[in-house]
Amino acid sequence: MKVEINKPILDRNDTLAARVRKQMDENSIYLLDILASPGAGKTSLILATIAALRDTYRIAVIEGDIASQVDAQRIKEQGISAVQINTGGICHLESQMILRALEVLNLPELDLIIIENVGNLVCPTDFYLGEDAKVMILSVPEGHDKPLKYPGVFQAAKAIILNKIDVIDHFDFNEQNFRYDIERLNPSAAVFPLSATTGEGINDWTQWLDVQIASRTADKATADTRPIVVQPSR
Amino acid sequence: MHEFSLMSAVMDAVENSARVHGAAKVLVIRLTIGEMAEVVPEAMEFAFEALSPGTLSEGAELTMTTVRPRSRCAACDAEFEHDRYHWSCPNCDSLATELLAGKELYIESIEIEDGPVANDDAHNDRVQQQSDTTVERSGHE
Repeated sequence: MKVEINKPILDRNDTLAARVRKQMDENSIYLLDILASPGAGKTSLILATIAALRDTYRIAVIEGDIASQVDAQRIKEQGISAVQINTGGICHLESQMILRALEVLNLPELDLIIIENVGNLVCPTDFYLGEDAKVMILSVPEGHDKPLKYPGVFQAAKAIILNKIDVIDHFDFNEQNFRYDIERLNPSAAVFPLSATTGEGINDWTQWLDVQIASRTADKATADTRPIVVQPSR
Repeated sequence: MHEFSLMSAVMDAVENSARVHGAAKVLVIRLTIGEMAEVVPEAMEFAFEALSPGTLSEGAELTMTTVRPRSRCAACDAEFEHDRYHWSCPNCDSLATELLAGKELYIESIEIEDGPVANDDAHNDRVQQQSDTTVERSGHE
């Protein structure tokens, strides 16, 4: 006997993501999901972002790692609330993990929550966490050809940060090729070349984020910002 | 290897549905996978082989229909198929296109062998509880 199921595989994840989204809306919080490979500078970028925006917004960070408290510790040293999620081998964050992390945070006292996803250019891409935007970081030493090798993550991102531009002269990184490929893959993405450690280019990024947060808080009608919702073709 | 998480979700939905319909066994599981989803079919098969033993789906045939990406051009309204990397309009070269298909991660249907189990509410409640604990557990793999 044939039994129709007709359900997205990630139905359960999406249901829980909607609960995350509801909590964000009720508390007027902007939820940012940061994706990158290990070592691209996710934590450094988050620290630089906190330094630039902490006087404007009340910020907390959710750190996703396979193991260790190292990243959450770096954030807490700045006097910012941080929750560490240890996935214990899972290569991405799922909505149920975010829901659990939110229980620890004092949501009415927050304007911005930054999620540092597990370092990985593939697996986190398909998991909606209830976020306002996914932003991905590529660092110069990884090479300009990464958009062609990992198109999914570059297409899912609302903004793409090119980190470590202070060392670009020492690497065979062709920024023109990089920008050409990004434009073909994701023409609406904002691109920010910067160095999280020297501070070069950070202002453009934090000003963009500032506008995103302000416009979201101003317009609550845009609750679900998932860029693409596709039903199976029949 | 997020295919393990995806396949765990498939198994939860399939086992739940099979029990609700009183199945003795699941014979076929049909999935639809868009070519632009971050999924490797071989990894899905591997996860299925690891997760299915001891369940109703043990030994079932797993079929995955892949969907070619298809977009519509916002400038000239043309509809066209494309690969993962080239989704500019072949008609007018515009990059302002809207993806219509290609990101599917979908459970279509299953084929089951009918079993003797009655379909009563108490049984459905038990199935729901089992399904919840399975999801909970998948977070600690």
